[in-house]
Amino acid sequence: MALGVIPRLEAAQLLTGAQAVAHAMRQIEPDVVPVYPITPQTPIVEEFAQMVADGRCDTEIINVESEHSAMSAAIGASVAGARVMTATASQGLALMIEVLYIAASMRCPIVMPLGNRALSGPINIHCDHSDAMLARDSGAVQIFTENGQEAYDYTLMAVRLAEDERVRLPVLVNLDGFTLTHSAEAVELLADEVARAFVGRYRPHYPLLDTRRPTTQGPFDMPDFYYEHKRQQDEALRSVLTVFPEVQHAYAEATGRNYLGYYEAYCLEDADFALVVLGSTAGTAKAVVEALREEGQRVGLLKLWLFRPFPHAAVANALRGKQAVAVMDRALSFGSWGPLYTEMAAALYGLPEAERPQLYNFTYGLGGRDVTPDQIAEAFRRIQDPRTPTQHMHYLGVRA
Amino acid sequence: MIATRIYPNGEPTRPKTLKELADRESREPRFQGGHSLCAGCGVPLVVRMVLNAIDTPVVVVNATGCLEVATTRYPSTAWNVPWLHVAFENAAAAASGVEAAFRVLSRKRRQGQPIPFDLPEEVRIVAFGGDGGTYDIGLQALSGALERGHRFTYICYDNEAYMNTGNQRSGATPPLAHTTTTPVGEQSLGKLQQRKDLTEIAVAHHVPYVAQASISHWQDLVRKIQRAVHVDGPSFLNVLAPCQRGWGYDPAQTVEIARLAVETCYWPLYEVIDGDYWLNAWPRKPLPLTEWLKVQGRFRHLLRPENRHLLDALQQQVNRKWELLLRKCEGRVLEV
Repeated sequence: MALGVIPRLEAAQLLTGAQAVAHAMRQIEPDVVPVYPITPQTPIVEEFAQMVADGRCDTEIINVESEHSAMSAAIGASVAGARVMTATASQGLALMIEVLYIAASMRCPIVMPLGNRALSGPINIHCDHSDAMLARDSGAVQIFTENGQEAYDYTLMAVRLAEDERVRLPVLVNLDGFTLTHSAEAVELLADEVARAFVGRYRPHYPLLDTRRPTTQGPFDMPDFYYEHKRQQDEALRSVLTVFPEVQHAYAEATGRNYLGYYEAYCLEDADFALVVLGSTAGTAKAVVEALREEGQRVGLLKLWLFRPFPHAAVANALRGKQAVAVMDRALSFGSWGPLYTEMAAALYGLPEAERPQLYNFTYGLGGRDVTPDQIAEAFRRIQDPRTPTQHMHYLGVRA
Repeated sequence: MIATRIYPNGEPTRPKTLKELADRESREPRFQGGHSLCAGCGVPLVVRMVLNAIDTPVVVVNATGCLEVATTRYPSTAWNVPWLHVAFENAAAAASGVEAAFRVLSRKRRQGQPIPFDLPEEVRIVAFGGDGGTYDIGLQALSGALERGHRFTYICYDNEAYMNTGNQRSGATPPLAHTTTTPVGEQSLGKLQQRKDLTEIAVAHHVPYVAQASISHWQDLVRKIQRAVHVDGPSFLNVLAPCQRGWGYDPAQTVEIARLAVETCYWPLYEVIDGDYWLNAWPRKPLPLTEWLKVQGRFRHLLRPENRHLLDALQQQVNRKWELLLRKCEGRVLEV
């Protein structure tokens, strides 16, 4: 990007993903933030609470007694007319899932970083994407991030996306538990004025606290209207396919940070064999792609930022004509293919048969199992071997 | 003494007659007819008295239940005040969010920040929930909100069972009552457990104001609402609101049934102000509990001669609780 970029940035700092997200929250300065601790999200709300305690940000923190109440209070505050954020993970998301669906249906633009962690049982505090997949059909927008920098940038972008007139929906910003939330790396924050100007002021729709213009919100819907309301909600979520690139473009204009598209393509254009991945595993996969490229293998990577709504057409276009694609799922959909694989299969089925790659499903890294370069290389090896079965769940890094 | 503790700027005007109360309503109808609550339902009486007793802007948060379902069937609404429903168990949590939003937006306005809508100078936040949504599934959210000290009033309209789904047992259902999930049968006499004392649970949160009221004693109820919304912190009202369908009586008798609950000392009227108990209705000659039970279908089985001992046991329980309450009041009586 243009040279003007550099003065707009603070110098790079050593920050954990949680700290980076907390700084984004400080710069956003939401009016209300209900907080409830859960590993590995806790450091986000701890860092943020300290910033509020130090007077660096004027926010009303509500120390709720559960995540169910966190999302319920978030809805109350959002409908009342306030800008609202919260954060959670795993069981916390599971507990609030009932209310997350309602937040989406009430069109509450609540931004919520999610420190991805496996769901119980057995109880486990480490990373996988089973929590995010639990919210797959909630109606919330879902963004996945690769590193602390992306988690920071997308938390800021999420506010613009959530509050867009065409969207008005909750946005979940996924960052892998521990791998991102607790690991320190160099993150470049924007200057406060730049971040604040980008986010802008919140303009509520029909605020409940406008008592001279009373509104009834969350009424009882019968078969004569429910269906239309759900269709409108689906259209709002689909509109993110239009709004997401606009927000990315605005962010690039304001900051010089280029995030253009629903996904990052890494060595993808001339690749014959591609890997599709969400979250921090992309970092490991890039190193593997580079190593294999040096050996002459034509491999590449597609890292999705946007998971909900799912950009089927764009993804199909990016993978058109590849020989084979490995879809990496860090969550199970028991009794079916992985959640990402089913989306990819739906996307690629739209391609003419001659241009449709062979598709392989790999499960990996459940419950924080280490994701090694060897596992990624193994996935690439298998999809280049014509004897490898398709329509088969390949488990990486698991004992037999 | 109480008045100065609660109203530093003087007491609000209080209607002296039902007509005065109704006149307030015709000036500014906050809750309209045309809803689909049953004939003889006690709940809309609670709502109308609450909204008429408050003379400032109000925001209502409503738990799922009869009141929510019957008053907001899209695209119509009975509410002329801002109204929010999220789910069954979270009215107190959603009200916490509304209150926090009001607090922070008011603060930011005082600091000179523009607020993009017409934010009122003051607002009373009132949450309504039935006994299912309050004693049971919403208890955690209520406890959290009381403990955090939000300035709001939670009003439980207590009809002693899950009435919206057709009379299933709740933590508020009295012992030996017939419900559809504790049915009376050859081997069963109705609910076999005690009733949860939610008013005392609220008191244990050491909030500034907790009261128990009944739709039959409307002046007492209006006075309590005005007190509740004036305290600087959370307040909780538990209001007996009989359900003719679930309790099994003539719909014309709702107010009388509620009055009998007070006059038999089954449902004492009292308030707890900063920890001090005050008795608000002292039946000098309490009626026997049977007078209340015998007019309700849900207790019909207790009137059979072989169940006489159960009636006696229930009466003794009421007597014990009443005596305990008198001891807590230590002679403090305040009747309207």
